[in-house]
This record gives sequence, structure tokens and C-alpha cells, in this order.
Amino acid sequence: MTVRIDNCFETLKLTNKKALITFLTAGDPNYDLSLELIKSLPEAGADIIEIGMPFSDPMADGPAIQASSLRAINSGHKMEKTFEMIESFRKDNSHTPIILMGYFNPIYNYGVDSFIKKIIDIEVDGVIVVDLPPEEDNELCNAIESADLSFIRLVTPTTNADRLNKILQKTSGFLYYVSIAGITGSKRPEINEVETAVQEIKTKTNIPIGVGFGIRTKEDIERVGSFADGVIVGSVLVDIIKNNEHESSVKDKIMKKVREFASAV
Amino acid sequence: MDKLNSYKLGPDQNGRFGIFGGRFVAETLMPLILDLEKSYQQAKKDDSFQSELAYLNKYYTGRPSPLYFAERLTDYLKTAKIYFKRDELNHTGSHKINNCLGQILLAKRMGKTRIIAETGAGQHGVAVATVSARFGLPCVIYMGAKDIERQKPNVFRMKLLGAEVVPVRSGNATLKDAMNEALRDWVANVNDTFYIIGTVAGPHPYPEMVRDFQSIIGKETKEQILDQEGRLPDQLIACIGGGSNAMGLFYPFLDDISVKITGIEAGGMGLQGEKHCASLTAGRPGVLHGNRTYLLQDDEGQIIEGHSISAGLDYPGIGPEHAWLKESGRVEYFAITDSEAVEAFKICTKTEGIIPALEPSHAIAHLINIAPNLSKNDLVVMNLCGRGDKDIFTIAEHLNMEI
Repeated sequence: MTVRIDNCFETLKLTNKKALITFLTAGDPNYDLSLELIKSLPEAGADIIEIGMPFSDPMADGPAIQASSLRAINSGHKMEKTFEMIESFRKDNSHTPIILMGYFNPIYNYGVDSFIKKIIDIEVDGVIVVDLPPEEDNELCNAIESADLSFIRLVTPTTNADRLNKILQKTSGFLYYVSIAGITGSKRPEINEVETAVQEIKTKTNIPIGVGFGIRTKEDIERVGSFADGVIVGSVLVDIIKNNEHESSVKDKIMKKVREFASAV
Repeated sequence: MDKLNSYKLGPDQNGRFGIFGGRFVAETLMPLILDLEKSYQQAKKDDSFQSELAYLNKYYTGRPSPLYFAERLTDYLKTAKIYFKRDELNHTGSHKINNCLGQILLAKRMGKTRIIAETGAGQHGVAVATVSARFGLPCVIYMGAKDIERQKPNVFRMKLLGAEVVPVRSGNATLKDAMNEALRDWVANVNDTFYIIGTVAGPHPYPEMVRDFQSIIGKETKEQILDQEGRLPDQLIACIGGGSNAMGLFYPFLDDISVKITGIEAGGMGLQGEKHCASLTAGRPGVLHGNRTYLLQDDEGQIIEGHSISAGLDYPGIGPEHAWLKESGRVEYFAITDSEAVEAFKICTKTEGIIPALEPSHAIAHLINIAPNLSKNDLVVMNLCGRGDKDIFTIAEHLNMEI
């Protein structure tokens, strides 16, 4: 529901805080651990949870998230299991917004109508589909919005003013500003340039702006949090899974990182 | 036929052929793709662009390629009169150069200073490296690490031509991953880089643009067959990986309804299991690499790695226009197995003294299969889109022979 995301940003605003938005891939490295991680995120300080729907060919993602998709797929993960995870999460948590992020083919394959029906059922709040630009709104975006879910748009350094205006007309929840021209987890953003871009967008909209792609340190988060409404981290967390896949400490290490990041927003 | 009933009107302004095609790319690429579309539409109408391309096609590539009456194969099969469109005689040894020349002229026109491309077997990579050398532009070729192992001679050729060949180890380390990696490069180098896609797939305007550049094959064929036989052929046959040589041959004939048109996919080890690359005959619609088309995918919509003895047909997708032509019924698609292709390769080599690439060997195999049903008066044109030198190691391995 759009309202859960709106409430989240409004509540944070009251205490002058920004949203920490964390990304993990569903089923990475396996179902049980993945579910445990996602359930632990809010307590560690994640305000909004992005859950990646694994796809074999994630063309906008860097090696970290690509590998996490493959780990999940190889562990036997399926779309239905992503839904089960969310159902299980919602049993204990009714306030943290959940955003599903991924690519269109697994959704198209599942069936757009069934997908929407299902995510309403299990109380997902929004979706990000990387390979559905505004030109392809008829595929999913329009139906998502009619269902009062958020279709979260990406704006990038290559988005010109014309496109930005079009995108802003059909954005709900928050706007995802992609801080680099590049893929997830690759080069570090020039934060001054990101600030200029975000300030520019803010003159045109009141919708909250989250910034992500390439943000890896507490320092970056502090700086981005000083002008954006939310900071999105993914690859840096997923890398911890990759490096500690077979260790029992993986959950502690991720939650420690999330706590550190949460203290910076 | 009248305009309303033409098969040649696609794509529409959204890049669609029916439900297929489109622009399924990340926002970062969207402005670039719109810019490319605009530049291409201008270039298409610009006489100086077209005449420069025509000049290069003639003097650099060696076009027109002959339409050759394959007399001995015709005798051997005791059936229809068989013609080969000899695109294997092009500079670089395949039809790939037709598209690369067009795209690099466009890159130059757009002021781009760096070329990137994906390649599977290396034929497209070699063609891209060739035109990049010819125009003095640096180029980076993404190639699956597994393909680099399988296609060493082409890797060496690309390097000699000055290209940087980057091994792709992500995913399954083959063609689809090379394409993912090229798209990632493009997203990260949006200002100076031009991505030369090698087939009639990818986001709009690539399927249209590549088809247009390859259509010279069909245009020449039409003139040549009218000149040599005084009438249109009864059937066209071409092999299909992504489908660029086939689209190039088919497109000018789409509205000539008397001409039967047949596309041949790689059936690998047979369509029962997963060891094939027959997206149209055994796949189903999905979205990958910027377009909706027929894909090899599992129940979850995860892309399956195809298999073919011919690395050039080894792609889990297919150009969206082929998907539409299949559904509209205008073109029929069949699959040929590895073994059938190798047998056809041997027959062509021995009867015609032409070593065909394994890709068109699939089309020859289909021709052999349907020969008993053809009449002596039929005219059939098969697109011999590449030469087989690159495949001798694969053939030797398949036949358990030592080189």
C-alpha cells in the first residue's frame, strides 16, 4: 500500500530522520537464512525493505547482486517462496514497508494479474521493475497504480528534464534516484553531483527521494542523508553473504552493518 | 498487396511488432535509445549516409554477393533448382559485416568515439573489430569465457584487428552473458560509447535497424533471381540464431505471398530436453535484453542456456520480428539437429566445393529433408550466410577426426 510508505517517510520526518532502505535478494543464500535476515532488518534499523526477486539475467546489476540472484536460483528459490517469505514476515511486522524489486520476465511469466493479486494479498507496498521504463507503462505500472500500490520510478543522471517531468507525473511512494550512470555496486557516486541533481528534482516535486547505487560507507550515507529523504544500500550487504556464506556469523555481520548505517541517517 | 495488409509495416512507433519488441531497458539507457532512434531515422533518409554505405558495401565488402545455382547439389537431391545466396564471400566471411558497416557509420555520425559489442562464436566480434579498425575507433568486445575457449581463432583475429576482448565470467559465461555485460558497459559509458548489436534483437530501434542493414541480402536476391530466372523463387530458407541473416533475406519478400518462407533454428540434440536453441519452436514469449520475444526459459521465467553445435545459433532468444512473423503465420520455423547439420555440411562441401559454416548447414539440412516434397520446377534460395573455416575444429571433434 502506498500509505505504508507515506507513513514511514512522514514519521521519520517528525524526528528529522531519513529512511534507511536495505536491499537483499530473496532466497540468498537459501530460504531459511534469507527469511531470518529479512525478519531481523527492522530491529537493526532498516526503515524500508527492498526484496530482490532473483533473475538469471539482471542487466542493470553489478557482479554482487547478479551473484546473489544465482545463489538464490541455485538454492531452488521460486517466486512463490518470495511470497511465502513476505507472508511470514508480515505475521510479526505490519508497519515496515516492503518493496519488491526485480526484472519483468519473472513477473510476466507469473502473469501480471496474478502477480498483482498476490502482492496485494500478502501486503507488499510497492514494486521496482528495472527494465520497465515509462515507455512500457501499459505492461505493469498502470495496473499497479490502479491497485493502490506504489510503482517506484528510477531517475538517473541521463534522465533529462522532459523525461523527469513525465516520470514525476506517475510516481508514488518515493522516487529512486540512481546516483551513478552505471550498474549497482560499481563506481562510487560523486556526492556533490548527486546533491545538485536531487535538489533540482526537489524543486519539482514533494515526493520523497531515495538515493542508491554505489553507496557503501557510513560516510556516504551521512552525506547523502543530509539532502535526500532515504538512502538505499544493497551490494555492500549482499557482499557480506558472499564472503560468509557458510558461516553462522553472516546474520550478525549484516545486522551490525545495518546498525552502523542506521546510526548515520 | 495494399499497405493495410502488408507484412512490412513494423515496427510501430513503440518499437512493437504486434506484442513483440518494445523497449524494456533501464531508465539510464532509455534516453540513449531514443537518441539512437532519432539519429537512425534521420540517417535512413539521408542520401549521403546511404551512398557512403553503398560505396563501402561494394568496394569494402565486395557486394553484391553472387546468387549461385548450386548445380551439383541440385543433381544430388534430384529435386528443385537450388540457389545459394553467397554471403559467405563477403569480407570477414559472413553477413555480419553488412550490419556493422551501417552501425559504425551511424556511430560516426552521432559523434561516438568508442565501440562496444557482444559476440558468441566471434563472427560478429570479428566484423565489429574490422569496421572499428577501418574507422580508427577503439573497440571492446565482450565474449563469454567459455566461448573464448571454443573459438580461439576468432579471438586471435579480433586481437590482431586491435580490439580488446573482455572475457565474461558472470552468469553462464556465454553469449547471453556477453550481451548483459555489453549492456552494463553501455550504462556506465553513456556519453561516448556506441553499442553495435549483432542481431535483429535488443531494444527498439535495433531490430529494425539491423534488419534494414541486412535487407540488402534480400534486395539483391530479388533482382538476381528475376535476372537469372525471370521469376520470383518458390521458397526461401535461412538459418536463425538471433535471426539477422534470415530477416535480411526474408524482409524484401514478405509481401510476395507466392514465396514460401522458412526459418531454421538449432535443434541441438533434439527438442525433448534442454539441449537445443529453438526459441520459436520450443520456447515461449518473455522479456529479455530489451525486447519481448520467444525465449528459452524455465517455469519460473529464468533464462535457460541453449545448446547448439553451432556457436552462432547459441542464443536463448530470437529477433522479435521473427516472433511476430511466426504468430502471423507468414513464415514457418523448423528445427534441425546437430547431426543433421553436420551431415548437410559434408554433403555441401563434397558436392559444391563450398565449406559452409555450421549455421547455414542447418538450412541446407532442412532443404535435404524437404527435397522429396519439392517439384523439379521449384526454385529455392538458401542463404549461405557464412563460411565454415571457423568450424573445422568443431567438425573434427564431432567426427572424431584429428586435424
